[in-house]
Amino acid sequence: MPSPARTLFDKVWDAHVVTPEREDAPALIYVDLHLIHEVTSPQAFAELDARGLSVRRPDLTYATLDHSTPTTPRAPGARPIYASPAARHQVETMEANCRRHAIRLAGWDSPDRGIVHVIGPELGLTQPGQTIVCGDSHTSTNGAFGALAVGIGTTEVGHVLASQCLLQRKPKTMRVYVDGELRVGVGAKDLILAIIAELGAGGAAGHVIEYAGPAIEALSMEERMTVCNMSIEAGARAGLIAPDEITFRYLQGRAHAPKGAAFEAAKARWAQLRSDADAVFDGEVRLDASRLAPMITWGDSPDMAAPVDSSPPAPSSAKMTEALAYMGFKPGEALLGEKIDAVFIGSCTNARLSDLREAASVMAGRCVKAGVRMLVVPGSEAVKRAAEAEGLDAIFRTAGAEWREPGCSMCIAMNGDSGRPGELIVSTSNRNFAGRQGQGVRTVLASPATAAASAVAGAIADPRRILEASHAQ
Amino acid sequence: MRNEPILTITAPAFTLPEANVDTDQIIPARFLTTTTRGALGEACFHDWRFHGDGSKKAHRLNDIAQGEARILVAGHNFGCGSSREHAPWALKDFGFRAVVTTRSADIFRSNALKNGLVICEVDEAAHAALMDRDGLEMSIDVAAGNITAGNITARFVLEPFARTCLIEGVDPMGYILAQGEAITRFEAGRAA
Repeated sequence: MPSPARTLFDKVWDAHVVTPEREDAPALIYVDLHLIHEVTSPQAFAELDARGLSVRRPDLTYATLDHSTPTTPRAPGARPIYASPAARHQVETMEANCRRHAIRLAGWDSPDRGIVHVIGPELGLTQPGQTIVCGDSHTSTNGAFGALAVGIGTTEVGHVLASQCLLQRKPKTMRVYVDGELRVGVGAKDLILAIIAELGAGGAAGHVIEYAGPAIEALSMEERMTVCNMSIEAGARAGLIAPDEITFRYLQGRAHAPKGAAFEAAKARWAQLRSDADAVFDGEVRLDASRLAPMITWGDSPDMAAPVDSSPPAPSSAKMTEALAYMGFKPGEALLGEKIDAVFIGSCTNARLSDLREAASVMAGRCVKAGVRMLVVPGSEAVKRAAEAEGLDAIFRTAGAEWREPGCSMCIAMNGDSGRPGELIVSTSNRNFAGRQGQGVRTVLASPATAAASAVAGAIADPRRILEASHAQ
Repeated sequence: MRNEPILTITAPAFTLPEANVDTDQIIPARFLTTTTRGALGEACFHDWRFHGDGSKKAHRLNDIAQGEARILVAGHNFGCGSSREHAPWALKDFGFRAVVTTRSADIFRSNALKNGLVICEVDEAAHAALMDRDGLEMSIDVAAGNITAGNITARFVLEPFARTCLIEGVDPMGYILAQGEAITRFEAGRAA
């Protein structure tokens, strides 16, 4: 009898079952890569200490500093100046825990430091078919490689440190199939915002999403990461994309990727990682990429997204009415031209080299509108080096933007980078929750191109106007 | 190691009907620089309760005593957003013993149940009825999966292992470590 058709997710899951799921207990799933950072790990290490436990596989664990770390520019070798003694203590606790348990840390002196979801792929730690966990909901970013990458809580971080395993019920599956071709000025961020608007903030709860279709296959690895990154904003457990030649080309030569004959062998294995043609998903959603416009959010939940050249819908729930009141937007009134206070280019969603190039292509030869603050925060030391090597930092600086050190920065605003009450910020990050970028701050999520165009205009702007003007020249 | 079993919870209800309450509302990120557990009650729903200058806002959350046991009746998709376990920690430190909702976010639910914050997902009709019980006593029978409030009875189903952990005080870390041999076998099988 032929074996039943399986999805990509099923294949990765099946290969990691240590003990199968039973009615009275979840499966025990083996973890190939455990990424950790300073915010969600200290209590887990304390739990290990309290129980006299050690880290089972320090060799499968990798740490970085990103959330509480300052991004203020500083001279080489200069000590970072923290936003608070607590932030400093948290970073020092991470450093001490890594030393004590022999865990590799991309710390202050490392050329590899950066946002945890940026450096995993960049270093080749992230590979197709792996199970990856991190005490962070945007771990789904790594799913772009065909890995099963899930965000976990601190108690589970402790479980994985001690056992390299995670207790999990098998989630359901959903396929998001995207046909067509993205038009000029419309990118991966616009695509995922449109998908989230379609699914709703909890629409994919309990599911792992597989993104598929011609529009997904046409995306670069960095664009695929942007898509998978925001799976959690639709409530999904994870998001993944089948690996292909684009994936393999990205991985070849990365520091931790297999080399030589081992790479060829791995590639042959990885090429098997795709959903069988007749695999059945628990849910399916279809979109046509060619119908999409640049997207922005008009409310305080990532699913409240609409084309940049539209206006917020008439509210059909109390939640929508409250969101519009918080944002100060009115249904039927154009979002374009709405005056802004700041622009943030950064975060695990949009702080990779291609994102900075996209923003720089809009900024080149233009200036940030007087009175608007613009922060550009590269996702990692490597992104920063590469951007500087091609002069992107100079474009941003000349335009009047701040070019800062790598970190999560104003996406989560816990390192001192935050807006002031009432400010309207166009941000390339992933969450527009009330107060996310500082108490009372109003966040508009957008692509790097839309954020850059808005910085130039001093108001919410359509990047297509600038891009089309550039093309016409 | 065993935890204190949680069999029943009886406390006044506190209602927050808003949908999609995210973990940034439950505890803003600037309170996450902690390295220990506990003492997060003040940070719970901080920006709903306090102005930027620290003065109190006129929010119903400020009308109840912090630390007093309550059952939170919350809107749909409660706890969406980040994986921060500080969210259930803060809710517990504030006094909440359980959250009754139509659906909670996956990571939040998983985190909450590991911290003895019982998550009861009920159908919409029961939820609407319970949402009208602000300030009134509510009882949760964790083992049976029942909520009673006045003449209302509602059913909820916990993931079976989480239920066992709650009512028998089973420690998940101990449960996982007891499977050490299977883990070693799995590792050996892959190395081969």
